Amino acid sequence: MNTLEVEESGIAQTKKIQLKQGIMSGFPIMLGYFPIAITYGVLAAQSGLTLLELTGMSIFVYAGAAQFMGTNMLEIGAGAMEIIIATFVLNFRHFVMSLSFMNRARSFPLRWKFPISLLLTDESFSVASVKTEQTRQPNGSYFYLGMFMTAYLSWIIGSVFGGILGDIMPDSISQSLGIALYAMFIALLVPSVKIKYRYGLIAGIAMVFNYLFSFYLDEGWSIVVSTLLASFIGIFVIRGMTYA
Amino acid sequence: MPRAFIIILCMALVTMIPRMIPAFIVERVRFPEWVNHWLHVIPYAALGALIFPGVLSVVPEKPWIGLVGGIVAIILSIFRIHIVAVVLGASLAVFFLI
Repeated sequence: MNTLEVEESGIAQTKKIQLKQGIMSGFPIMLGYFPIAITYGVLAAQSGLTLLELTGMSIFVYAGAAQFMGTNMLEIGAGAMEIIIATFVLNFRHFVMSLSFMNRARSFPLRWKFPISLLLTDESFSVASVKTEQTRQPNGSYFYLGMFMTAYLSWIIGSVFGGILGDIMPDSISQSLGIALYAMFIALLVPSVKIKYRYGLIAGIAMVFNYLFSFYLDEGWSIVVSTLLASFIGIFVIRGMTYA
Repeated sequence: MPRAFIIILCMALVTMIPRMIPAFIVERVRFPEWVNHWLHVIPYAALGALIFPGVLSVVPEKPWIGLVGGIVAIILSIFRIHIVAVVLGASLAVFFLI
């Protein structure tokens, strides 16, 4: 074997490892997505969408809350423009999240950044934001590809299951798994807070804002406004702090 | 093409555009330091907003169940238990509380 071959197999190995570790990091998202996607599939089928339409929504829209809202609005006969604007408002928070993560992943070529950005959800963003060292590693893009695709595929497969099989999950189990994504968010936040309590302060400020705004604003706007306000305050909270 | 499918494609478009624009922004723009600080803390702010008060709606008519599940998740994560085990542990707690 000549040197070039050794090098090539070395690179191939690393890509494979990154991809595998990414898939493993996507596992908690999968656990959270599966029951929600099944519920979505069931409700969407009940509200009169065909299997093709409800699966298409999971493939092309890929945003849990917006899909629930969209199927509901279609069912009650809301206007097309209304549904589209409501979707935009609800999903606009991903712009802020995407900007944060894309800034991290700046060094990735655009042909990687582009697909990764399209698969950005609350959950994939959150996991990616605490696993940032891969943005500086060789073949790190494969890590995020693995994670984001695991989440994406489990969302699509869950929707199809729900659409075809109907309510296969017992109520008690799907209700218990309703905490799964919140537990995941908490598990992502706590270790950072243990290292820097100031991150916990920023999260706490966002919680208070979001609680207050939830009385006056739609969920989507409330999350956007609270995230923006808390992160702007956060600039001053982390002043003088060193971080990686 | 049926009406529903056209609406779904438009929903996809208005969801994809905000997601992908940042990929092009960071290609062209170098941010001043304070913007980098701001983008750095966004995940923590977003996590806070995603957790609360949403966690209270796990069982909408009984907000305390979500609260207890959340506290279980906090305790498990403090002990550095693997994230999948935290998710399963909190789900188990809710399962017994329902």
